[in-house]
Amino acid sequence: MRELHYESPTTVHEAVRALGRGDARALAGGTDLIVQLREGRRSAACVVDLKRIPELTAITQDADGSFRIGGAASFTQIAAHSKLATAYPGIAESGRLVGSHQIQNRAGLGGNICNAAPSADAVPIVICLSASAEIAGAHGRRTVAVEDLFAGPGQTRLAADEVLTSIRVPPVRPRSAGRYLRFTPRREMDIAVAGSGTWFCLGADGTIADARIVLASVAPVPLRAKAAEQSLIGKAPTPNVFTEAGRLAAREARPISDTRGSTEYRRELVAVLTKRALEACAHDLRIRMDGP
Amino acid sequence: MKSIVRCEINGEEHEVLADGRDTLLELLRERARLTGTKEGCSNGNCGSCTVLLEGAPVNACLVLAMEADGAQITTIEGVAANGALDAVQNAMIEHGGTQCGFCTPGIVLSAKALLARSSRPDTDEIRAAIAGNLCRCTGYDKIVAAVQAAAQAMEKGP
Repeated sequence: MRELHYESPTTVHEAVRALGRGDARALAGGTDLIVQLREGRRSAACVVDLKRIPELTAITQDADGSFRIGGAASFTQIAAHSKLATAYPGIAESGRLVGSHQIQNRAGLGGNICNAAPSADAVPIVICLSASAEIAGAHGRRTVAVEDLFAGPGQTRLAADEVLTSIRVPPVRPRSAGRYLRFTPRREMDIAVAGSGTWFCLGADGTIADARIVLASVAPVPLRAKAAEQSLIGKAPTPNVFTEAGRLAAREARPISDTRGSTEYRRELVAVLTKRALEACAHDLRIRMDGP
Repeated sequence: MKSIVRCEINGEEHEVLADGRDTLLELLRERARLTGTKEGCSNGNCGSCTVLLEGAPVNACLVLAMEADGAQITTIEGVAANGALDAVQNAMIEHGGTQCGFCTPGIVLSAKALLARSSRPDTDEIRAAIAGNLCRCTGYDKIVAAVQAAAQAMEKGP
């Protein structure tokens, strides 16, 4: 491993300046980055630790009810935030899928996003919830939908001198629910063979007014299954409607075959997981699922 | 590039010279000479190097030494008080929760962190708490029984 210089700025401005000197990477929990640097899968002359910047480790709720999750807040912090966990149980739950307690005490949502693994377990749910990424750089701040941040496996659209300062999750929509499910051969400490995050919102007439379905581990980036989403709109939430959405999501998935699963197996998982995640949302909304 | 890292390990102030690439694991084993913390996989899967950082279990192989500046750390060497083993250590011996012993320091620290936040954990909570600590000798039943026994012993008091 190359020589490594360590910086621990206490303001976002200093962090951006340190990253701007070049050949540097932001360090949040470090549970991916430290291994990647050691194994030569990423290279940097400098790491810029974000955890001593108060804004980046805070979780706050704004007056409009939206939440701001600091880019370096850990999954343990996220799960312990009772207002966030009540508003969005799917966020805390997804974070609890990432590695062990040891990992969750360091790793967080910001790092899970910036590491840009297609299998990232905490990412589909925040895309389902229309979360945005608040980014600081040398030319000021900008906001981008989390959905639009991914360029490919391990690659984001952040510039080298930009910092993901926080993830903003909009206020809860009335009569809405979101859940993420994944499949792993082992229950703990494993990487998703496939995952599906689903969210929908009911209109005044009890039919689905809006929906999002986001798949993990079946494309180079977290993938929105837009045809499946569209199939739900205007329909009453029933098992048949959910099965059809699962079938369409499986068609939209673009999985590769690798050691964790074949293309065909992953598609099949997408169909099943999508249906079950939609059912979990219906359960949250106390919708009975015993009809066809 | 080397710099000084100041941290508190098992209640004692330490000042060590660390390289930017050093992990907390290397700081503990090679600079502070506390070799009770074990190196297994070095990539965050096995949990052999689990220590408490500000009371929370972390993999010491996934923390840079520099990140530990100003931190309080507890390693397995800091668990026994004045030569007397603690409740988790005693229960691990009584229940045969250890074979080769390589994973044991990490498991003891994960269990201590669990018992600090939950005084009567059920078996699911215990299994989740030690999910990041792999034992390659045997199963986990005796370890789970030991953690439950330790919880009961701690409730009764010394």
